Amino acid sequence: MASTFKKETFREDYTYSNSAEAIKRFPFPFPEDQYMYSVNIEPHVKGKVGSVCEFTFDVDEHYVAECLDKKITLEQDPGRYQALPHMMDAQWDFLELTMESLSQDYPQHFSLNKNGSVWTWENKPLGIKDTFTFGDSSTLAMEPFDYMGRQVQGDFVLLDHREETLFADAGIVTSQADWSLAFNVGMSWREWHGPVPRATELGVMDRALKHLLNLQFGSPVRRLNWTMTINPRLDTSPENYPQWGGDRNAVNADNVSDLVHLRVELQTLFRLPRSNAIMFSIRCYLINLKDLSTYSRWAKRLHRVQKTMHPDLIEYKGMTKFHPLVVDWLAKFDDGAALDVGTHAE
Amino acid sequence: MSMINAIVAAVEQVTPLVKHFTFVKEDGSKLPPFSGGSHVVVSMDIGGRVHRNPYSLMGSPEATDAYHISVRKQENSRGGSVFMHEHVTVGMPIKITYPVNLFSLAKKGHKHILIAGGIGITPFMSQIADLNRLGADYEMHYAFRSPEHGAFVEQLKKSCSSRLHCYIDSQGEQLDFKALLGDQPLGTHVYVCGPSSMVTVVLETARNLGWPERHIHNEQFLSPPVGEPFNIQLAKSNIEIQVPADMSMLEAIEAAGVEADYLCRGGVCGRCELQVLETDGAILHNDHFLTDSEKVSCKKIMPCVSRANGKRLLLDL
Repeated sequence: MASTFKKETFREDYTYSNSAEAIKRFPFPFPEDQYMYSVNIEPHVKGKVGSVCEFTFDVDEHYVAECLDKKITLEQDPGRYQALPHMMDAQWDFLELTMESLSQDYPQHFSLNKNGSVWTWENKPLGIKDTFTFGDSSTLAMEPFDYMGRQVQGDFVLLDHREETLFADAGIVTSQADWSLAFNVGMSWREWHGPVPRATELGVMDRALKHLLNLQFGSPVRRLNWTMTINPRLDTSPENYPQWGGDRNAVNADNVSDLVHLRVELQTLFRLPRSNAIMFSIRCYLINLKDLSTYSRWAKRLHRVQKTMHPDLIEYKGMTKFHPLVVDWLAKFDDGAALDVGTHAE
Repeated sequence: MSMINAIVAAVEQVTPLVKHFTFVKEDGSKLPPFSGGSHVVVSMDIGGRVHRNPYSLMGSPEATDAYHISVRKQENSRGGSVFMHEHVTVGMPIKITYPVNLFSLAKKGHKHILIAGGIGITPFMSQIADLNRLGADYEMHYAFRSPEHGAFVEQLKKSCSSRLHCYIDSQGEQLDFKALLGDQPLGTHVYVCGPSSMVTVVLETARNLGWPERHIHNEQFLSPPVGEPFNIQLAKSNIEIQVPADMSMLEAIEAAGVEADYLCRGGVCGRCELQVLETDGAILHNDHFLTDSEKVSCKKIMPCVSRANGKRLLLDL
């Protein structure tokens, strides 16, 4: 866990970078040489010390810069935060879960003091200190989900559980891999997963839904998802497509390892107690190919995964244009020797 | 499955057949908050055999110093409710699961009709707390045998005031389901919990009146029924197990030391579903989870409540 927070940007001059420590703890998502869409859900239990799963929510060296980038996106487009009226209980559940976890896991940065229902929250890195009444929205400057959603890295969607499915009825989404909250809000599970190629045929989505409907309070789960992004840009939203879509044309053999970033999403799902809703969090980690190749094992594995990728998935992930350049650049690391199963760096 | 270590803080006889239990956390800290309609599964060690029964949480979801459940002593019970009545005393440690909600309120409902029969009142106690807090429109219809069986009427009068409607069978008072459900505004949801005959009547009446399926809610935890003993074979574990007459398949699997998934243990949630690889007899499906066509296909079984009557039942476990 970082004790200092970097000053960096995720837009325009893109000063974002990973320290050696951040590279080493990067959540590399490929345990095998071939990739196929799967449910790959596991319990969100404490991971190794220093890993991105050590705590309920990972706060790393990018924390302050990421929260600032989130603020800029929300100012430019307030529609990135949406909450339907029946989700107010879930909003307070979210506030409680984030405040309790952060203050417990990072006492040097966050503190929560409760005096009955009057709570005082302090966030030192962002310079926030507020006292409010739990359950009374009028005592906070904004809705509780908006308030805490801005103070945790990643995107959050609150899913209402009804009619044997899940509805995306609230969200704060500023670092999405080309999907729109405004478009998906109020949609059911099958509606928002409709476009995923090959997954529906495999029955993956139905099995995942069944699993999630039985998700229990106190037993959260996680999975990794991934794509590739040009430049370390968090806000790759369809709304701002003109600002980033064209960057794919700038990739060439000379700059591919600087421009192309592996974008890994650590997705976690928690049953919330008061509302019976489910919190879905999507935390984005970015690393360029050059930094990733610090560990030759990762470079080799990524080469094999990309070389054997199904064209439908390459297209779905928006990588068609630059994908051959990625495979070519990675090829030089691959000596063809067998790799054992697992995502470890060394 | 993560469990909570609790202690029995109080036991109270509330009607001739119903006892009320109060649980607090062993370490004195607060219990987790929950949503109206939630239940916990209570583990009981009965003569070396572990029984696990689901019971609705009755207290206000906001008051988490203690959890409250009520247990009706069942005639012909396999021992769970009798154990709770006769052996559970103040100060005893007890293991419970985290709260699970399989009977949640429809948050977008415009009006809520709650119908309880007898001990079926328990899940509504916490739902009423939520409905009051949210300022929702609701009616509580509570039918019971005779005045001494009307557990919690005084408590309900306080929390529901004029929204409470009682029907006492011994005084000839009957709930007219057709009249009640035939005169509700669009957007109303109905919830029923009680004896299976009552649940069936409410579901059929609502459907016949054209209520949309997603506006009709019920909760009916089943006790694993007693039956003939039978044998099962577990393919992955490569063992054969006998399921005695008074044990469920799930309990027999657990007793054999094989880890199986479960959640409600009452045939409702679907978590313990097992794939049937081979069978030479009939499967006695007792659950509310599988669809009729799934039951006919004999490819799946819910071991928490269902049984079989053949010589061979090979399961993917």
